[in-house]
Amino acid sequence: MSIAATQNRGFGATLWDYLTTVDHKKIGNMYIAAGAFFFLIGGLEALIIRIQLIKPENDFITAGLYNEMITMHGTTMIFFAATPILIGFMNAIMPLQIGARDVAFPFLNALGFWLFLFGGILLNLSWIFGGAPDAGWTSYAPLSLQSPGHGVDFYVMGLQLSGAGTLMGGINFIVTIVTMRAPGMTYMRMPLFSWTTFVTSILILFAFPALTVGLFLLMFDRMFGSAFFDVALGGNAIIWQHLFWIFGHPEVYILILPAFGIFSEIIPAFSKKRLFGYTSMVFATFLIAFLGFMVWAHHMFTVGLGPVANAIFAVATMAIAVPTGIKIFNWLATMWGGSITINSAMLWALAFIPSFTIGGMTGVMLGAASADYQYHDTYFVVAHFHYVIVGGVVFGIFAATHYWYPKLFGRILNEGMGKLAFWLFFIGFHLTFFIQHFLGLMGMPRRYWVFLEGQGLDTGNLISTLGAFLMGLGTIVVLINVIYTAVKGEKAPADPWDARTLEWSIPSPPPEYNFKKLPLVRGLDPLWIEKTEGKGKMTAAEPAVDIHMPNGSIFPFIMTIGFFIASLGFIFQVDNHLWLLAVYFGMALALGTMLARSLKDDHGHHIHKEELEREAD
Amino acid sequence: MSQDHSLNPETMPHDPAKATTEGKHKFFGLWFFLGGETVLFACFFGTFIALRNSTAGGPTSQELFGLELVFLMTILLLTSSLTSVYAIYHMKNNDFKKMQLWFGITALLGIGFLACELYEFAHYITEYGFTFRSSAFGSSFYTLVGFHGGHVVFGLSWLIALMVRNAKRGLNLYNAPKYNTFSLYWHFIDVVWVFIFTVVYLMGMVS
Amino acid sequence: MNGWMGKIRTVLLLGILSIVLAACGKENLTALDPKGYGADTSMDMIILTTLIMVVVFIVVIIIYSIVLIRFRRKKGQEDYIPKQVEGNHTLEMVWTAIPILLVLIMGIPAVMTVFNLADESEASDSLNIEVTGNQYWWHFNYAGEEVVTSQDLYIPTGEKVYLNMQSSDVIHSFWVPSISGKMDVNPENVNTMYIEAYEEGVYWGKCAELCGPSHSLMDFKVIAVSPEEFEQWIGDMQNVDPAAIPQDAVAQEGKDLFEANNCMGCHAIGSSPSAVGPNLTNFGDRTKIAGYLEPTEENIVDWIMDPDSIKPGNKMAGMYPDLTKDEASSIAAYLMQLKPSEITPESAGGIK
Repeated sequence: MSIAATQNRGFGATLWDYLTTVDHKKIGNMYIAAGAFFFLIGGLEALIIRIQLIKPENDFITAGLYNEMITMHGTTMIFFAATPILIGFMNAIMPLQIGARDVAFPFLNALGFWLFLFGGILLNLSWIFGGAPDAGWTSYAPLSLQSPGHGVDFYVMGLQLSGAGTLMGGINFIVTIVTMRAPGMTYMRMPLFSWTTFVTSILILFAFPALTVGLFLLMFDRMFGSAFFDVALGGNAIIWQHLFWIFGHPEVYILILPAFGIFSEIIPAFSKKRLFGYTSMVFATFLIAFLGFMVWAHHMFTVGLGPVANAIFAVATMAIAVPTGIKIFNWLATMWGGSITINSAMLWALAFIPSFTIGGMTGVMLGAASADYQYHDTYFVVAHFHYVIVGGVVFGIFAATHYWYPKLFGRILNEGMGKLAFWLFFIGFHLTFFIQHFLGLMGMPRRYWVFLEGQGLDTGNLISTLGAFLMGLGTIVVLINVIYTAVKGEKAPADPWDARTLEWSIPSPPPEYNFKKLPLVRGLDPLWIEKTEGKGKMTAAEPAVDIHMPNGSIFPFIMTIGFFIASLGFIFQVDNHLWLLAVYFGMALALGTMLARSLKDDHGHHIHKEELEREAD
Repeated sequence: MSQDHSLNPETMPHDPAKATTEGKHKFFGLWFFLGGETVLFACFFGTFIALRNSTAGGPTSQELFGLELVFLMTILLLTSSLTSVYAIYHMKNNDFKKMQLWFGITALLGIGFLACELYEFAHYITEYGFTFRSSAFGSSFYTLVGFHGGHVVFGLSWLIALMVRNAKRGLNLYNAPKYNTFSLYWHFIDVVWVFIFTVVYLMGMVS
Repeated sequence: MNGWMGKIRTVLLLGILSIVLAACGKENLTALDPKGYGADTSMDMIILTTLIMVVVFIVVIIIYSIVLIRFRRKKGQEDYIPKQVEGNHTLEMVWTAIPILLVLIMGIPAVMTVFNLADESEASDSLNIEVTGNQYWWHFNYAGEEVVTSQDLYIPTGEKVYLNMQSSDVIHSFWVPSISGKMDVNPENVNTMYIEAYEEGVYWGKCAELCGPSHSLMDFKVIAVSPEEFEQWIGDMQNVDPAAIPQDAVAQEGKDLFEANNCMGCHAIGSSPSAVGPNLTNFGDRTKIAGYLEPTEENIVDWIMDPDSIKPGNKMAGMYPDLTKDEASSIAAYLMQLKPSEITPESAGGIK
């Protein structure tokens, strides 16, 4: 299958190609595209929230709709924008960085993507089926049990579907990194982004099941009359909070660690220097991940767990500052003595350092439990986690977009628009969120539909709303940039940034088999080594051989449709038992497809070496 | 990855389950998956432990549980784990028929376990009116034990599908890893049951 | 292309802005101007951690600025390749050890204050108040005193008052920023916290855990009065005669309507334990009605006519027959004259 042939196919064939693809790059791109779509929806919801809060006692939207907005904004941004976009980059880039032709489980990879996408679609369908979830993205019981309509049911099923998909992605990445590194690519030669992918996947593996359990309990309580959170029957609503945060806190690191990885690629590349303290960076990543599981109750300081628990979790929380500090200083030291080029990608990385430092510092402040009694559930917390998630994760996503766009799509994003978008978004971001630290301390709890007149909160909220619109403008410029580049962007060479890692040693965009011959890795930053000490390109570790590739399959898509139908059935069988038919049909479709997949032999196919040689010409 | 091995036992390597890249991937993948499953069950256990005394005036664990049946179930499941070890032993020796035989016994023991569990649940519901909805204790009991039972059902379907699919064509490098991952999964279910036996039944009888 | 200049300017601007704003914040609402023991303790931790963090931030920013000034690629250096440094043990040790030290400096007082604020050893010798969180109002039962009130919590200044809090429905969180940090009000257990106000005043309280559509309207007040005045208030509240006939004719008519429409089914006047709806014993002294509106007759009439338009999702809507505007204003007149005590929010200094 040559590249020329793929370009001349019609829309139907292309669609079929994407529905059945098991190519990690295509799946990665779909993750990024779908994530970007949800990012826009979540952003729109954010703007509606900020319009409502532009002045005191505003009535732009009703109280009920406001609660739906905040819930959907948080849920969409965390589960359907930030997480999938990062997983998209991991999917597309990590195998290239470790010199692999594919991932370990291409079929599961596709299944994971479709589950995520249909989970997101299911959640958003709630808008047209009688109202979105309105109990906050944390969906605390018993409020989530009391919530009328099907909003929370959509939340439960949507997250359950996409959570299963994410879990599969996590296992896939771990096995890929364990078994498929190129010859010479030892663990301690892996680029930091691959490292953080690895550690993030471990976090996914051990954190998501807690959410799965929490969602099951909530589902049973809402749909089948169980009594986990029903105080009258001896239930305990605090269990939900524990389960949610045992998942929820590691989830924060699931988001931020890949962003750390992205910056650890970009900063060395544009400083023309090797990453300072590579070993301690890897160590710090592990330490953050480990501590990430030890601190969940700092979200629950005011729940009344008692002073012993609060004290332990306070100290553990503050301890995370240590590995995070190591990382910040290592990035600064990487730039120290370097030759720094500032372009759009690097701008985002440079902006990340002070922004994220603020977010990290307020994190330590929140960790001091006795101070948290004031911060908790106020705009101070809102400011804090937006500093971490926007200043860390979203900046990371934008940086990665500018950095890897040429590799993924073969074109370079426009620099002028890149910088314009950066400044709009950067200024807007600080305007929006810095002030919120003070709003919180001045007595504004979070999730407030209105704030009252004459409480000294007006100016701060107005500034915050103005900032949000600047961020919105910045995002629109990025969008225009992407469209512009797709039409008449500059074609990208294999290595546009004079970068250091393996993904830049192959064409942009890479062929479906990635590496014609697997490269021989001689050290950290293998391409840089070859450029400075070798002959400028990677040495092959093997002679030309037939390349084994997996076959595409429509099964992941069908299986997902099955689960999707079953989920709808679960949601609506509360009203009408006939919907149980949808549950049975959907599960039969999904499990039947699983069985068919299991029974049908699929040995994949080979790309013959003669064909590879022809393509080279 | 060549299919030529499939019907030719003489050329099969000693450990066919891990001889191919795909086999290795499956092996690692399942181990990590079980890591996630451990967290899943740990959370169910945590919930159960938090709620096991919240009977809301309904039957308590001391009133409900009888050790005889649960002991029998434990024996059935532990033995099935052992028979699956024999099966894998025969797989390594390329003895397909014996492998199928021992896996068959594993499946029968698993079905026996499930039958006991269904009887147990039916007994609680009809005799004591103790259901999923009676109390937080009921919800957490049926959810924990039921999820384990669900895993047994899934494992059995998996095993039976494998055995039927490969009955006529014997062992090859393509299906050996599948049997192997199944047996790992089955051991895991067994280990979870040991914890259920201890935490739910033994601790329930004592306290 | 003075990127870093722009950034510094932004940071400076935001800094100045924040100082100006920090000075603001409404008195008796803002946590930045503590007037009680808990808020004071939290504020000390806030200041300590903020100072340490600002120092760290300044260090980061100095290094960051130097890097950006000195190490940008200059014209004519396009082919310059910097020395590839692997790392530096001493440096890495330094920036591991110093944060550990800082964490200890912050961690020790944090642990001490956590234990201090959870201290319940004096609870049995102190005033205990049962607090019930409801969608979307607060119920206060003075244990042992046979005094019940809603929305306005009267406490004596200068002593620890223990609040034993539980919710009747979903999770709420009790927060009076100027006096103390918050504590969740859970449906399944009683959480105890103590508050102590230093000086007389009316302090704003807010619900700080999402509890439904009107979460943002679940305001309440804490009215701190001198211990003597508090004793007097307790006495006045105990002496209320729920059956007392008002002198004003309209108010009398209001009382009849109040009874005819079975308002007492939910709302008690006097120390009755009923807590389906807010207790109205000292309704005439309330600082606000519905938690946030000025206590005018017009507002009360609006509330009675259509509660849902004022507090979406509240449980009063639809629980009683439709009333005409005249009937509603008679009831309002009755309620507004329920003023059992000389000790009022006004006498405590009035709402700020």
